[in-house]
Amino acid sequence: MTWDAETVKMLLEGIRDTLYMVLFSTLFGYVLGLPLGILLTVSDRDGIRPRPWLYRILDIVVNILRSVPFLILLILVIPLTRLLVGKSYGSTATIVPLTIAAAPFIARMVESSLKEVDKGVIEAAQSLGAGTRTIIFKVLIGEARTSLLVGVTISLGTILGYSAMAGVVGGGGLGDIAIRYGYYRYETGIMIVTVIVLVALVQILQAIGMMLAKVLDRRRV
Amino acid sequence: MAFIEIDHLEKTFTSKSGDTEALKDISFSIDKGEIFGVIGLSGAGKSTLVRCINLLEKPSGGRVIIDGKDMLALSERELKIVRRDIGMIFQHFNLLMQRTVLDNVCFPMEIAGVKKKEARVKALTYLEQVGLAEKAAAYPAQLSGGQKQRVAIARVLASKPRILLCDEATSALDPQTTQSILQLLKQINEKYSITMVVITHEMRVVEQICDRVAVLEYGKIVESGRTKDVFESPKTEAARRLIYTRDYNDIMSGGSGI
Repeated sequence: MTWDAETVKMLLEGIRDTLYMVLFSTLFGYVLGLPLGILLTVSDRDGIRPRPWLYRILDIVVNILRSVPFLILLILVIPLTRLLVGKSYGSTATIVPLTIAAAPFIARMVESSLKEVDKGVIEAAQSLGAGTRTIIFKVLIGEARTSLLVGVTISLGTILGYSAMAGVVGGGGLGDIAIRYGYYRYETGIMIVTVIVLVALVQILQAIGMMLAKVLDRRRV
Repeated sequence: MAFIEIDHLEKTFTSKSGDTEALKDISFSIDKGEIFGVIGLSGAGKSTLVRCINLLEKPSGGRVIIDGKDMLALSERELKIVRRDIGMIFQHFNLLMQRTVLDNVCFPMEIAGVKKKEARVKALTYLEQVGLAEKAAAYPAQLSGGQKQRVAIARVLASKPRILLCDEATSALDPQTTQSILQLLKQINEKYSITMVVITHEMRVVEQICDRVAVLEYGKIVESGRTKDVFESPKTEAARRLIYTRDYNDIMSGGSGI
């Protein structure tokens, strides 16, 4: 094992690629998952706009997507990835399966955060003449904001884990390095270093998320 | 003509385990500016009844007529606008916990589309009226129960209601705080001539602020009339029981009933 400038450069690029994949996948995951989570909350039987059939359909779709193992999903969506990105390997291509895996997971996180909001507060808003949109944006999201932020933190961590898995199929980033150098070439040192870097990334993201959630929470004195 | 008219109101809850008749053939009317009490033990259907007035709960039968308007005939949009006329305060205050006191009071004005700057100025005057102007920047979690209810009252005033529904508004408060909140409600009733419907299980509350009272038992009104009359000569067992409970509590707490 050689610790030359080349190796360090490779690791730094790995970190960059990983962060790139994780941040964009989480962002796109929320673009899809946030509205889906809101729909799940609002259309449920005791939601503000009960639509049991819609809830049932969304519920099943989300469950199906969530139960497909990520590695399988990665392979299954290759045609779609090719269509959207033009190729099926590398960091940018990996964002596609990562987003598809993240969206239903995020939808569930959003749903559980929004369902924590006190029914009495929703009722109070209704009694003041608030419409569905006001209740969603000002009451549900406003009151659940710290819980939503904790959800973002958990999602980032989970997607980071998935992104490393994408290394198996040439996904780019730290997972890719760990598999190519560490596993295929028996360079255990590099594998361990990449794992340590991944652990450190999760720790940092988690710490930042929790700190923000705490600062933003006004429920405590 | 009566300001609020409840006409043969029925409410049945359907569930897998069968139907529950929460309200049976309820009829009464309330005049403008009146404070009307509905008293009953828990489970009598009081909360359901009050929620049928602003249609948070949809009645199964009968009519709710407010100022000549049939509430059940309103469209979703019309209902939202009429609801701004009917304020409501709750046992557990139901404030927005992630917003400051001032922003809580601004909330109904946001719904009504009042400009933010204007809303903030008005909100402060409402807070002054409930004696909490100095807490404008605080968060609800930093306040006592009585203060939270005052914020809820300021918030409801900000929607300029003509009717105020009070759902066990003092039940989570100690006797002294209850007194001050009742005084505040009475003041508001006089100052703005807001018609009030007061739901409670405490006879003391009725005695203090209600002009008339209806006794609700098992979803039915068993007795109603002027508060004084019901107190002095209760006709039904249900009313007698509620009055005796109050007297018993007074003896136990050593108070004089005031």
